[in-house]
Amino acid sequence: MADLAARGETPEILFWVGCAGAFDDRYKRVTRAFVRILEHVGVNYAVLGMEESCTGDPAKRAGNEFLFQMQAMQNITTLNGYGIKKVVTACPHCFNTIKNEYPALGGEYEVIHHSTFLQQLINEGKVKAEGGESFKGRRITFHDSCYLGRANNIYEAPRAVLEVLDADLLEMKRCKTNGLCCGAGGAQMWKEPEPGKKDINVERAEEALATLDGDADVLLNLQGVESTAPVLPAGSNRGGSVIAVACPFCMTMMADGVKNKERESDVQVFDLAELIASAEGLNA
Amino acid sequence: MHFSFQNIIFLLVAVAGFGLFIWQAQKIRANILVGRDRDMSGNVNERLWKTLLVAFGQQKMFKRLTPAFLHLIVYVGFIVINIEVIEILIDGIFGTHRVLGFMGPLYSALTGTNEVLGALVILAVAAFWWRRNGSVVRRFTGPEMRAWPRMDANVILYIEVILMVALFMMNTADLKMHQLEGKDLPGAFPVSSLLTGLFPDSVTALHVLERVGWWAHIVGILLFLNYLPSSKHFHIIMAFPNVYFSRLMPQGQFSNVDSITHEVKAMMDPTYQVPTPPVSEGAEAAPTSFGAKDVNDLAWTNLLNAYSCTECGRCTSVCPANLTGKLLSPRKIIMDTRDRMEEKYNSPLIFNPNLYGKEAKHDPQEQLDKENHTLLRGYVTPEELWACTTCNACVEACPVNINPLESIIEMRRFLVLEESAAPNSLNVMFSNIENNGAPWAFSPSDRFNWADELYVTDKAGATA
Ligand code: SF4
Ligand code: SF4
Repeated sequence: MADLAARGETPEILFWVGCAGAFDDRYKRVTRAFVRILEHVGVNYAVLGMEESCTGDPAKRAGNEFLFQMQAMQNITTLNGYGIKKVVTACPHCFNTIKNEYPALGGEYEVIHHSTFLQQLINEGKVKAEGGESFKGRRITFHDSCYLGRANNIYEAPRAVLEVLDADLLEMKRCKTNGLCCGAGGAQMWKEPEPGKKDINVERAEEALATLDGDADVLLNLQGVESTAPVLPAGSNRGGSVIAVACPFCMTMMADGVKNKERESDVQVFDLAELIASAEGLNA
Repeated sequence: MHFSFQNIIFLLVAVAGFGLFIWQAQKIRANILVGRDRDMSGNVNERLWKTLLVAFGQQKMFKRLTPAFLHLIVYVGFIVINIEVIEILIDGIFGTHRVLGFMGPLYSALTGTNEVLGALVILAVAAFWWRRNGSVVRRFTGPEMRAWPRMDANVILYIEVILMVALFMMNTADLKMHQLEGKDLPGAFPVSSLLTGLFPDSVTALHVLERVGWWAHIVGILLFLNYLPSSKHFHIIMAFPNVYFSRLMPQGQFSNVDSITHEVKAMMDPTYQVPTPPVSEGAEAAPTSFGAKDVNDLAWTNLLNAYSCTECGRCTSVCPANLTGKLLSPRKIIMDTRDRMEEKYNSPLIFNPNLYGKEAKHDPQEQLDKENHTLLRGYVTPEELWACTTCNACVEACPVNINPLESIIEMRRFLVLEESAAPNSLNVMFSNIENNGAPWAFSPSDRFNWADELYVTDKAGATA
């Protein structure tokens, strides 16, 4: 971003990478997938790079309002300094915080979650999900993120994105407004859960697996499917079922839950951006 | 019209009944007003529309069909039957008999609907009773459903049946009396006409029965009215203001703490002038404490929430923490808030936590003297608060738009900002954010490493 600014340019959109997108090894793959899509459609974008800092979401949810506001003011100063108008982010927590909580502190931007952004690209015909891996006949279930769904009423965009994949889309018993949290929100990501019977992510993973396993025969058939198209990122299991997510926390929690159930061999967790990049043949 | 001794008694009873209710309502109003101020004015149209949908229209009840249907019967029954109360009041005061009878067919429609709804209410109440006591609906159990909430739920059902029985007793006796005397009774009585066979054939006895039914119905209603403030059934009144004053902002948006904003701005910019809130002569500036330790630290809307709770447990039954066996129950947070208010400030006539013994759970780790017996720790333990994922499922589920999450966050704020009592791993997260600008212990200089593996690194924006 600093480079652009030095040349006196302002990007059309700022891609807010988020801490997970920048540091979490698994989610870095999502960041790259999304950037490939941005490059592919030729959007004029920029990232803050080292000038980006945590939005303060985990601090605020944990009750540390002071730390939150310090972070927020710092980020707002940076964003305003570059004259940013439009922010796109792949993290629902960053999205919610910048969209809803920054305005009171002087940060007014048009904030878009990447699910909505991808939906727009699809509607404009810029992304067609062609030329890459085919998802025909594969089962995908979408896990609603609390901070996308209930927090901001975004239920349709991620589903619209998955629909272009031509896969078998299944809904879990608890979905949309009734969705079940992955267990990581509200700063739970950084602490051990309180004592209880079960971890929340295991409960949710069980539900997702039950949905994907709906009919055992179909699943067996699917496992044998060979695909010649470019494959999903490393470790991908071609032809297996997918739990689609749109949030780094959900990604971690669902992947851990699947591992806990020892189902990594036939069920994978992917972000919307990865699925689209894969369908467009952008996974170099 | 014949004015009699009965009318005087009735007038006294009615005045006493309504007066007592107003007195109790005032106490509750005072309790709610100890909360912190929060401006909820404006957006009148949007708020009215929401009240129409959620409170009058029962919109959120319809997430679960069986109880929604049963509840609708009792709700509509309650409203329609109360139209009859207007007639009862006029008759009682002026010694008239079925004063609205002159309306002819309209009156017949009214009484007829009344009777059908009355019978349906009895059936619905029986079904409700079974759901509570016979079948196992998980959300009706739980540690917070202690002696009083359990009893309260059934008492309401019994009172409703008694009121309906009184109504039918009055109507049937009246109808048969008129039949025996060969007179015409205005109105339609589809249910009572089936019951006349069960009643005696003496006009005197029927007259007594009619009077007993009449008095039982009206006195029952007045008693019920005065029972409400002690009961979860107070929601039949409070649900309306509660929905009206519920939040309009996105559920994910947490409140901003202005006093902290001033502090942070002053830190970042030494020339920043903190606007001083107007402090009236002689008064001390409000002490600044962050978050909520006791009920009076919560906003008045949070306290209004506590008086609107129906204890239905829909919030708790969708709470991921509660579902997986953690201590947290959003319903308990709301019920605790009400219990604490009534312990600390005013309590209604019947339910008084101070009289019923402290049901509140004390943290055994801490010897709490009366002073420290606050909402936080005295009722709600930090363990409950830290289990919340802020997922908003409870907020979404509540049929009367209660927001347990707001109270949870306020108490977390107190723990963190006033007591520095966050779990240790969260303190580590805080210091990571402070030092590295990320909740994890990574160096800010590594923030762009993800681009190393990207096939395109020559695009202006993608390289720093
Ligand atoms: S917001 Fe907290 S209390 Fe409410 S349902 Fe979610 S975890 Fe439970
Ligand atoms: S807070 Fe709402 S959902 Fe929860 S018990 Fe009370 S009324 Fe029911």
